[in-house]
Amino acid sequence: MAGPAKSRLNRIATSASRRGAEESPLMKWLLIGVAFAFLGIFLLLPLVNVFAQALSKGLQFYLNSLTSPDTRAAIRLTLIVAAVCVPLNLVFGLAAAWAVAKFEFRGKSLLVTLIDLPFSVSPVVAGLIYVVMFGLQGYLGPWLDAHNIQIIFAVPGIVLATVFVTFPFVARELIPVMQATGTEQEQAALTLGASGWQTFWHVTLPSVKWGLLYGIILCNARAMGEFGAVSVVSGHITGQTETMPLRVQALYEGGAGASGAAAFAVASLLALLALVTLGLKTLLEWKQAHDYARAQQTIPEAGPAITKRTASTWP
Amino acid sequence: MSIEIQNVSKQFGEVTAVNNVSFSVKEGELLALLGPSGGGKTTVLRLIAGLEAPTRGDIFISGQRVNDIAVQQRNIGFVFQNYALFKNMTVFKNIAFGLKVKKWGRAESAARVAELLELFGLQGLGERYPHQLSGGQRQRVAIARALASKPSVLLLDEPFGAVDAKIRQELREWLVKLHHDLNVTTIFVTHDQEEAMEVANRIVIFSRGALEQIGTPREVYEAPVNEFVARFIGVLNVLELEVRNGVARLNELEFPGHGLREGQRLRIGFRPYAVQVSSDLSQYRCRAVLRHTFFLGVMLRVELELPSGLMIRARMAKEEYAQLGLADGHAVSFQIRQYRVLAREGAPLAPETAAVQELPPTMGEGI
Amino acid sequence: MPSRPDLRLSITGNAAYSRRTTAGMAKRKFSTLPGFGLTMGYTLLYLSVVVLIPIGGLFLRTLDLSWTEFWRLVTADRALAAYRLTFGASLIAACVNAFLGTLVAWVLVRYDFPGRRFLDALVDFPFALPTAVAGLTLANLFADNGWLGRFLAPLGIHAAFTPFGIVIALTFIGLPFVVRTLQPVLENFEREVEEAAATLGAGRLRTFLTIVAPTLLPAVLTGFALAFARAIGEYGSVIFIAGNKQYESEIAPLLIIIRLEEYNYTGAMALAVVLLVVSFLLLITINLLERWASRYQN
Repeated sequence: MAGPAKSRLNRIATSASRRGAEESPLMKWLLIGVAFAFLGIFLLLPLVNVFAQALSKGLQFYLNSLTSPDTRAAIRLTLIVAAVCVPLNLVFGLAAAWAVAKFEFRGKSLLVTLIDLPFSVSPVVAGLIYVVMFGLQGYLGPWLDAHNIQIIFAVPGIVLATVFVTFPFVARELIPVMQATGTEQEQAALTLGASGWQTFWHVTLPSVKWGLLYGIILCNARAMGEFGAVSVVSGHITGQTETMPLRVQALYEGGAGASGAAAFAVASLLALLALVTLGLKTLLEWKQAHDYARAQQTIPEAGPAITKRTASTWP
Repeated sequence: MSIEIQNVSKQFGEVTAVNNVSFSVKEGELLALLGPSGGGKTTVLRLIAGLEAPTRGDIFISGQRVNDIAVQQRNIGFVFQNYALFKNMTVFKNIAFGLKVKKWGRAESAARVAELLELFGLQGLGERYPHQLSGGQRQRVAIARALASKPSVLLLDEPFGAVDAKIRQELREWLVKLHHDLNVTTIFVTHDQEEAMEVANRIVIFSRGALEQIGTPREVYEAPVNEFVARFIGVLNVLELEVRNGVARLNELEFPGHGLREGQRLRIGFRPYAVQVSSDLSQYRCRAVLRHTFFLGVMLRVELELPSGLMIRARMAKEEYAQLGLADGHAVSFQIRQYRVLAREGAPLAPETAAVQELPPTMGEGI
Repeated sequence: MPSRPDLRLSITGNAAYSRRTTAGMAKRKFSTLPGFGLTMGYTLLYLSVVVLIPIGGLFLRTLDLSWTEFWRLVTADRALAAYRLTFGASLIAACVNAFLGTLVAWVLVRYDFPGRRFLDALVDFPFALPTAVAGLTLANLFADNGWLGRFLAPLGIHAAFTPFGIVIALTFIGLPFVVRTLQPVLENFEREVEEAAATLGAGRLRTFLTIVAPTLLPAVLTGFALAFARAIGEYGSVIFIAGNKQYESEIAPLLIIIRLEEYNYTGAMALAVVLLVVSFLLLITINLLERWASRYQN
C-alpha cells in the first residue's frame, strides 16, 4: 500500500490545511478556546485551589496539619487499606483475565457484566450491603459479636468495602489487553514444553505489563480515595477508623476556620496522589506506544547479494 | 472541460510533494497520473479537486482560474481509494447526496439515481447499506455518487487498488467503456503501469514530485525521455559498461563507445523484444544458455545466462519458441538489435544519444 | 485498512472492547491452554464472596418487608424529593457533559495546538481524584466568597449549598466519560468521508450534521449513560457543595446514610434497593448501547 513517504505526508497533511474538509481557522480557535475554558474552570481551577487553600495559612501550618497524630493515623490506615486491597484485587484480576481472555465459554458476557457490577453501584450502597451482612443487625452480626470479631466500624469492614469498590479495576484493564495479544504465544510456549505457570509468568505477564501496571495504579488511587463506602462502614472513629478522605471531612466539619485549611492540607496529599496517578498513566501509555511502534518496525531485507551478474531490474 | 496546471508546487511543511509541475488535460480525455508511491500524483489530483491548495502556481478549469474556489464549488466528481461511502446511508441516499445538496427536486433525484443504478449494474441494491455490498459494488456506488450531479471532470484516486485482481481487470474495462459512453474528462491516479498503459489516452509520469514525461502509452514506452521512465514502464534490461579501447563492454558484450574516454562508464538499457535469439549457435556472435521460461500467454519471456554469469531477459512469441525448439537448458546465440543510452559518465545526455540506437544492420520486427 | 489496537489505557469503555472481540474471536476451543478450572473457579468464588452474596443479602433482607411496607418506604415524600434531585441533577450534568465532552473530544483529536497533550492528560483528573477532595475544593470555589462564586453571587447565582452546586459537582465527576468514549471513535473516523461530502458540494456544517454526527451518536450516548450512571450514585463530591437540606438539596445516597444514622435500617435498605435496581437497568442499557455502537463501526 502506501510507502513511507506517503504516510509521512498524510501525517503532515492532517495538520496542514485540508481545505474543504476542515473548519475555518476562526472556528477552530473558537472551539479550542471553549475547550480550554471549560476544562480550565472545571478541572484546573479546582486543582490549583486545593493547593492554594492548603497553603493559605502558611507552610508551617501546612506541615503541622499533616503531622498531627490523628492525621498520621488516617494516613497510616489509608496505606494499610490500599496495601491489602490492591494485591487482593490484583490476584483476582489476573485470574479473571486469564479465564475470560484465553478461553471460550458460554456466559462470558454475563461474567464480564458481573465483574463490572461494582463499578455501577453507588458507593453508599456498597457500604450498606456490608453493614447488612456484617453489622450488628446483619446476617452474621450475632455470630461475629459472639466471637468478639469486629468488622463493621472497624478496619476489616473498611477493607471489605474498599475491595468491593475497587473490584473491577485490574480486571477491566487486563481483559482487553490479554485478548489483544491472543493465545498464539502461549500455545507456542506450551509446544516448547513450558508448564502453565511458566507460560503465564514468562510469556503472558510480560506481554500485558503496561495494562497490568495501569490497573494497579488505578486500583490504588481509588482504594486510597474511596469516601462513600468507607463513610458508611467505618463509624468515623477519629484516630481509629478514619481514612484520609474521612479525615478531610472531619477537619472540614470541625467547624472553626483553622480546620478548613487543615482539611485542605490533607486533601492536597490526595490531590498529589491523583497527579502522580495521572503522570504514571501518561508514562505507561507512552511506553506502550513505544513498544508497539518498535514491534511494528520492519528492518529492510538485506536481500540476495547484488552482483554484477544480474543485468536487469525486476519490473 | 479542459484543465490547465501551470507551475504548480505543493509543500507540506518541509516536504515538497509537488515540484513545479505543468501540464494540460484535453476535454474528454482519459488521463492517467502514474508513478511510484510518494511521487506526488495523488497530491496533484487533490490539488485539482481543491482538497489541497497549491503553495505556488495556478490551476485552470475551462479557462477559469480556480485556486481560490472552494472544493464545494468546483463541480468535480472525486472517487476515493477506499470508497469513502457514507456508512449511515443507503446506496440510494449515497448517490443522491450530491443532488440533495444542489437542491434537485425529489422526482428528478429519484430518476437520476435510478438511471445511474441501471447504468452501473446496481439495480435492486438501492436500499442496501454499504456494508452489505461487495468490493466491486462499493466502488461502482462511489463512482455513481461522484457522477450523479454531472460534474465537468471525474477524478479517481487509485480506484482499483483495494479490489481483487480479477475484479480489477473487469473494472478497468468497464471504466474505459464508461468513459467512452459518458465522454467526461477523467483523470485517475495509479501506481500500476500496466493499468495506465491499458486504460489511458495519455499518461503523466511522476517521480518524487516532478513530472518526468507526458505522452500516449506508445510514446512513453517507445520513447522514454529519461532513465526513470524507461525503467518504470515495461521491462528493461540494464547494463553498466566500461569503455576499453573505444569500445564499451561488459564481459563478452560490446557496444559502441559513444565518444567516451578510456575507463569511463556507460549505462544502457534494452527491451526484451530487442533481443533476437537463435538456436543456431553460429548465427549470432553472443552465446548464452536459456535458464528459465516464463509463460505469459501468447508471449514468453526467457531468461538467458551468459558465460560470465550475467542474466538478461528476452521475449518472443510462442510460435517462434516452438519453431526454434527451445527449452530450459538449451544453448543459444543472440544479438541485441536496439538499445538506448540511459546515462554516461562525465557528459550530460545529449538528445541524440537519448534516442534508441540501432546496431548495424538489423532486420527485426517493428516495435 | 489495518487497524491498530486501541492503545489508550481506557478508564471507561473497555468492557465494550472485551465483548466485541470475544464475538470476533475464532470459535475453536482452546482447551490446550491450562488453568481454566483454577482461574475460573477462583474468579467465581471471589466474585460471589465479594459481590454477589452481599448484594443478594441486601435483596433478601428487603424481602422481609411486605410489599406495602416497601412501597411506603420508597415513596415517602422525602425519598421522592431525593430521587427528583438525584436523577434531575444527574441528567442535567450528563447532558452538559455530552455536549461539551463531544466538543472537547473533537478539539483533542482533530486539532493540534500548544498544550494539547496537557489538556488530554487533564481530562482523566476527575477520575483519579478522590471524591471528597473534589467536593471540598468545588464547594470552596463556588462558595459566595470563593474564587468563582464571587463572580456569580452579584448575578444572583448561588452555586454552593444549592441544587446548582450539585449539578456542578456531578458535571465534574462525569467529565471524562464522554470524552474518553468518543476519542477512539473520532480517531478511527475516516476523514475521506468528509472530503467526499465536500466534493459533492456539502458545506462544513451540513457535513457534520448529516455524516459525522450520526456516526458519533452511539458513542456519545454510551458516554452519556456512563456519566449518568456515575452521577446518580455519587456521594463524596456532592455532599460538600450541596446544602443537604432535606426536600431541597438532599441527594438519595445522603438520605440512605441519614436513615442509617437514625437506625432506620429498613428505610435505608429500601432506598438502596431502588438505587441498585436503577444501576442494574443502566448497566444493561449501557451494554446494549455499546453493542449498538460497535455494530455501527463495522
